[in-house]
Amino acid sequence: MSDEKVVLNFPPQIIDQPIIYRLIKERGLVVNILQARISPNEWGRMVVEIGGNEAQLDAATKFLKELGVRVESLAGEVRWLEDRCNQCTACISACPTHALVINRAGMTVTFDKEKCIACELCLSTCPYQALEILFE
Amino acid sequence: MAKTIQEINEKIRQGKAVVYTAEEIIGMVKEKGLKKAATLVDVVTTGTFGPMCSSGAYFNVGHANPRIKMGGGTVTVNDVPAYAGFAAVDLMVGATALPEDDPRNKVFPGKFSYGGAHVIQDLVAGKDLRLKVSTYGTDCYPKKTLDTWIRLQDLNEAALFNMRNAYQNYNVAVNLSDRVIYTYMGVLQPKMRNANYCTAGQLSPLLNDPLYRTIGIGTRIFLGGGQGYVVSHGTQHNPGVPRTEQGVPTRPAGTLTVWGDLKKMSPRWLRGASFRGYGVTLTVGVGVPIPILDEQILRFTSVSDKEIIGPVVDYGEAYPNCKPQVLAEVTVAQLKSGENTVDGQKVVTAGLSSYARAREIALTLKNWIEEGAFLLSEPLAPLPGPDSGYVFKPLNLRPWEPVKEAV
Repeated sequence: MSDEKVVLNFPPQIIDQPIIYRLIKERGLVVNILQARISPNEWGRMVVEIGGNEAQLDAATKFLKELGVRVESLAGEVRWLEDRCNQCTACISACPTHALVINRAGMTVTFDKEKCIACELCLSTCPYQALEILFE
Repeated sequence: MAKTIQEINEKIRQGKAVVYTAEEIIGMVKEKGLKKAATLVDVVTTGTFGPMCSSGAYFNVGHANPRIKMGGGTVTVNDVPAYAGFAAVDLMVGATALPEDDPRNKVFPGKFSYGGAHVIQDLVAGKDLRLKVSTYGTDCYPKKTLDTWIRLQDLNEAALFNMRNAYQNYNVAVNLSDRVIYTYMGVLQPKMRNANYCTAGQLSPLLNDPLYRTIGIGTRIFLGGGQGYVVSHGTQHNPGVPRTEQGVPTRPAGTLTVWGDLKKMSPRWLRGASFRGYGVTLTVGVGVPIPILDEQILRFTSVSDKEIIGPVVDYGEAYPNCKPQVLAEVTVAQLKSGENTVDGQKVVTAGLSSYARAREIALTLKNWIEEGAFLLSEPLAPLPGPDSGYVFKPLNLRPWEPVKEAV
């Protein structure tokens, strides 16, 4: 078993299909939806944590690709640009998963990519454009 | 044990001055005691690195051939309007200026990705900036338009001139309303879900000299990575606010007007900042050395975050409507812990002023002094103090009305 955080991009023509349901019921995967934005006639975007064994994950990836869902890894999505960061710490309280944390002794900011769920809440808090979201 | 600034400078010249940062001095005084420490220490260095809106740069671009009278004309630098109400080729760019075509808050909350503060940061970084001028012609200044590149090294004078920096203490901002608000104190979540503060606390220049005993007109300082001077008290200087027994103001109080040669500064210490939904401002690095002339001054510099109190203010309703309401008083130590309690509710906190960078400024200034590269200056005149009667007044609105013609 392994857990993987990925971003699923749904083309507008398939947002009426119960894709997550099928991942869970038909393929036995554990799906934890961290963030979702689905609206009619638009690309949908969902950040999920998917759990399953390697074979299940491969099958799931294949299933999603056949449907036209673009699967991206999450790690590369939000970037913290250290050289732009001034260690003001304004972003800290916005981060729900503590991916952005303060080292209290030095009052410096660190970013743990692994914990980031790309919720984008930090983006509007940074005055120095040191946090970026990378779309394709 | 009273020392003089001249005596301290002599020790600096000989490489013998004993210098501590305002953070280091806390433990030192605790360990040695005030009396002993006062005989040992010569200078305590402070620092702050936070957004300071009343900042700007002025510069002289030199005369073109044929000459052009920018003064009285319309001037932009990288599309940001510059103030040109001076002589022919003297210009000033303010930190909060925005390009005419910036959408501002038309799509709320606006991004304000480039403004006057970014022009100042790019200028000090040595980048090429586009200067556009449109003006009227005269007999002595015939040229009317101009579109050219300029850069710092080619300018005659270039100076940072900030009419209000280094606020002595500041509000802690929360939002009691039920919608997200976008302020100069950052993004504030509804129902007081977060609190933003903006002070360097125990490292902050004016909190280490609360009664302005050493900081005055002509004090040489660290400014934007170079050396600058205190010009005077800053705008909105308000020394008469409530204070703790130790003299530390518990409300925003004193401010400084500062000046420095931009050519000797660094973009690391002058950073353009974009506050979502609010606008552009300049984050400025300021550090002030405090000569330890006697025990009282040393005691002031040994103030710690636990002894500095800031007022919690609601930016949802009280601040925009000028209501003097203070929800609570909290210490900087509580704010820096990441969480504090207001009215029984736990509130997560975050800073806007960088403590890590403030420490770096204090350490840099300490190094300069230890190496003999920075001498202290005698203030020429003091700043208005707590008992001066000097106050910060609101605008008394006297609405204009058309003159009624006699019938």
